[in-house]
Amino acid sequence: MADFRMPSLGADMESGTLLEWLVGPGDPVHRGEVVAVIDTDKAAIEVECFDEGVIQELKVQPGERVPVGAVLASIDGAGAAVPPSGSAAVPPSVPVAPSMVEPVHVLSPLVRREAVALGVDLAEVGTGHDGLVHRVDVEHAAAQRARPAGPPQGGRVRASPLARRLAASAGVDLAAISGSGAGGVIVAADIGPGPSAPPPSAPPSPAPPARAPEHGTSMRQAIAALMARSKREIPHYYLTHTMDVSATLDRVRRRNRELPVEQRLVPAAFLLAATARALEAVPELNGTWVGGAFVPSARVDIGVVVSLRSGGIIVPVIGDAAALSAEQLMPVMRGLAARARNGRLRGTELAPPSITVTNLGDQGVDSVLGVIYPPQVAVVGFGAVADRRAVDGLLGVRPVVTVTVAADHRASDGAIGARLLNRIERLLHEPQKL
Amino acid sequence: MTPEQAQQVVEQAIVSAVPDADVGTLGPDDDLRETLELDSLDFVAVVESLSVRAAFRIDEEDYRELRTLARAAQFVAAHAPA
Repeated sequence: MADFRMPSLGADMESGTLLEWLVGPGDPVHRGEVVAVIDTDKAAIEVECFDEGVIQELKVQPGERVPVGAVLASIDGAGAAVPPSGSAAVPPSVPVAPSMVEPVHVLSPLVRREAVALGVDLAEVGTGHDGLVHRVDVEHAAAQRARPAGPPQGGRVRASPLARRLAASAGVDLAAISGSGAGGVIVAADIGPGPSAPPPSAPPSPAPPARAPEHGTSMRQAIAALMARSKREIPHYYLTHTMDVSATLDRVRRRNRELPVEQRLVPAAFLLAATARALEAVPELNGTWVGGAFVPSARVDIGVVVSLRSGGIIVPVIGDAAALSAEQLMPVMRGLAARARNGRLRGTELAPPSITVTNLGDQGVDSVLGVIYPPQVAVVGFGAVADRRAVDGLLGVRPVVTVTVAADHRASDGAIGARLLNRIERLLHEPQKL
Repeated sequence: MTPEQAQQVVEQAIVSAVPDADVGTLGPDDDLRETLELDSLDFVAVVESLSVRAAFRIDEEDYRELRTLARAAQFVAAHAPA
């Protein structure tokens, strides 16, 4: 028997309103299945279940507002291996290290994932007033641990090169590990298994879209708090680079003549794909600043800014974006934008990104210099594709786009940001590889 | 297809692709993308929806024919199979 609880869908979420049940008593449920729609103050979110079993009882009725952690439903037979129904169902795997299973009570899969990303052992994390581990507890633990460890950014930590690589790819802070090698040197065996599983992909919900209640004011306040914190805490530096995108546009045109209408491409998919690939090569900008040190992310999880026509923005995430081609990103981007706009994002789509991309090109602006979303360390901005006179001595007019990066100067220096922009440019010149 | 029918098809395509866009405020000669604040993802959704409803393939080269409601209706009326 397991409990399905009100998840924490953001660091500032204290309670949520159950809008709708998509399952009823007696229904079998599977990990990754969307079972309920929850209204946070920002949006209606489709929430996945992280257990296998049969719904025994719904304990909260639609319209009820309950605190994070409250039991919403009980699931019978949870933990038993129930095979997923339907061949199309992808069994989602949540990265849960052995030490993170019961008896530690963790509410949200997002908290678990964040703990893995930060290299925090949930068994050692203090809990909130309700005896449950919340995201703030994880962040607090990461900060606590990073602080007394001496040199920031792992300066004098003694570790083997392989251990360093493993730690970086697993998002583990070397300063928090005691080495078992000669003289206390950290060796590969000291680094635990890292997170490698992709985020669960939820099956589409059959429920009709429902409008969420008014979110304008609370969303404005959430944006205000976050952006003010960013400008207060993060010393931003900004770089801009105008890039020739004629090869990319040619590729888009050529593929669009071949592809069916429903698979039509837009240049934005290539810009996003190039950014994701470039970040693999420049990991210094892909991660979070926690407790006075940079924590690289094992994967490129890109937050994509979606402007809502009613005002405000929402930033859903494309997990492991570097693993997707531009053509694979296209339906993901379309689905994400559509669900963000009709207020039906899924819980996993609000997982914490490792970097954010904002594209205001369709609004016709030349460039956008972004504000970093804490605790991320960079935001990449795209302006409009425009025809400009070539600047490199060749005659003619060519399509260009101005790409920017705003980055946290605590975590990186300008040369790193420049490296990212140069990578993006090179990739846009070879769009067949994206 | 008459121009009136074609205009209805265009309006329906927009509403189905971008449910939160306010088609009611759209004048026949207003720029679609600007007035409805359609980004490129919205716009390809409109093109896909219109291609299905009007039952002919709309190519990238045809996008300029879709700038306004009036122009799009004319384009659809001329190209949709009878």
